[in-house]
Amino acid sequence: MLPFSPNPPLSCETANHLPLPKDPPRPPCRSHNTSPAMTAATSPAPSLNALPAAPGVGYKPQHFSQILADAAPVQWLEIHAENYMGEGGRPLAQLRHLAEIFPISVHGVGLSIGGEAALDTAHLARLQRLLAWLEPASFSEHLAWSTHEGHFYNDLLPLPYTGATLTRVCDHIDQLQAAIGRPMLLENPSSYLAFAESTWSEPEFLTEISRRTGCGLLLDVNNVFVSANNLGFSPQGYIDDYALERVGEIHLGGHDSDTDDQGRPLLIDSHGCAVVDPVWVLLDYTLERTGPKPVLIEWDTDVPDWPLLAAEAERAAFALGHLPAEASRPAVRA
Amino acid sequence: MSRCKQSHAPAAMVSQDAFARAMRDASLPIPLGLVDQDGGRAGRRFSVYRNNIAVSLREAMHSAFPVITKLLGTENMNGLSRLFLRAHPPSSPLMMFYGAEFPSFLEEMPQLSHLGYLPDVARLELALRHAYHAADATPIAPEILANLSEDALLASRLIFAPALRLLQSPWPIEAIWRFNTEPQAPAPQAGAQAVLITRPEFDPVPHLLSTAGAVWLDAMQQGASIGAALQRATATDADFDLSLPLTLLLQGGAITGLERKR
Repeated sequence: MLPFSPNPPLSCETANHLPLPKDPPRPPCRSHNTSPAMTAATSPAPSLNALPAAPGVGYKPQHFSQILADAAPVQWLEIHAENYMGEGGRPLAQLRHLAEIFPISVHGVGLSIGGEAALDTAHLARLQRLLAWLEPASFSEHLAWSTHEGHFYNDLLPLPYTGATLTRVCDHIDQLQAAIGRPMLLENPSSYLAFAESTWSEPEFLTEISRRTGCGLLLDVNNVFVSANNLGFSPQGYIDDYALERVGEIHLGGHDSDTDDQGRPLLIDSHGCAVVDPVWVLLDYTLERTGPKPVLIEWDTDVPDWPLLAAEAERAAFALGHLPAEASRPAVRA
Repeated sequence: MSRCKQSHAPAAMVSQDAFARAMRDASLPIPLGLVDQDGGRAGRRFSVYRNNIAVSLREAMHSAFPVITKLLGTENMNGLSRLFLRAHPPSSPLMMFYGAEFPSFLEEMPQLSHLGYLPDVARLELALRHAYHAADATPIAPEILANLSEDALLASRLIFAPALRLLQSPWPIEAIWRFNTEPQAPAPQAGAQAVLITRPEFDPVPHLLSTAGAVWLDAMQQGASIGAALQRATATDADFDLSLPLTLLLQGGAITGLERKR
């Protein structure tokens, strides 16, 4: 059982090793003009979120005590929004406490932004409530759908990249950003298959959504690696095509391996093991082009003990600490 | 990567309805418009989604009903979860509350009718989970009750913490639950049991209540005064001792307010 009271006083020892100010700057509220003329797609977006360009991890309650004792090198935490939509109890008490110490990134997994149906307004209201009291440093969601005709599938399901999908996703993001009063980050999915009807490449599709809605992007480098393997494209080419100036956060995670009907390797995003070496190499490739960014380690199933998770974060810290000087970076497309 | 296919005839479109139906029912063909990188049929690639939802929801059922899983065994629970998921797919992204229909689903399974206690054990697990996520509330100081005159105490109604739960069963559900969660717990004996769940801080605790205690608490939850509820409890058991449930409630932080009957 965790030795925990709802509002324990912060001792000096606890406070001393905290790597961050207790009150990280809040992201300013922005108006969300969706007119393309008013939204410069290529302008840097420093206000996309308020996470530090440092390692973070997906928070798991079993790590609560160790994180409070010594979180290094982790400087921020991500939570799944839906796990903190209960009425009270330990989950919310822990989150209240952690949010006094760490910048928090709220990552939604159930809004079904790509759903053919209208957004679930009851769920949107729950999200509004969470973001209002927590005032997190960032909010992100997925380019995916998960709900259809009132059934929630508990997975991130794929979308055809067509004009109709584009309109629908942009409408949903406009509605969402107006409701929560802040810009969101939209994450690229892991793909196992493609839609014959697609008329856009994924990076172009995400860039266009960002341009139309003003939302930022979350770049999951493991998802790029997984999708590139599964659909036979170059992961570096994908990164080159991504609107890197709109990226507010980078994700890394582990994946499983299977084969398709032709015996070709089929990688499956699982968040159940360590990040593999080629994905770390792809992170270096990405950071050389973006400069320092908040980098998250996601490990959601078969969750390891804290030292192993912290070691993954240490590797992200190393990557962030060994970037070439700005002048020598390859130019991000303007 | 670039835009493509714009000059071609429209490719097969895949609605989310078609996708979802094929995902839920593996006997249905995979929609034609789902392809691999060469335009070939998606095949096993689509199975990733079928498998993801099946596994994630099965695991959600295991973690939601650990005692039922232990009682039935993992294999049986997996089979039961498959049937349950087909009958009651989640209707909300709040997976922590998934499985509300599971107790009545168990009741309706003819092959489980010889395990009549299962539905009420599932109700206990569900109640513990809801108590865990219930809203926080500040309990009253025990002195507030102790300082009342007997007349004033009997005329009072109690306001309870949102985490409070009361379950009554013809089966020994508290004993079954404890036997399957605590290593030293005694084997369950046949007989009805009532269970009071309190959440003193963050962990819900099930307590055994006497039959009369359950009658008293049930009346209290419906807004009776302590005295009126006491009358009903003593009709069940002339020796009913009010101090026992009151102590459990106070120790469990389950009383958050007091209303004096006008």
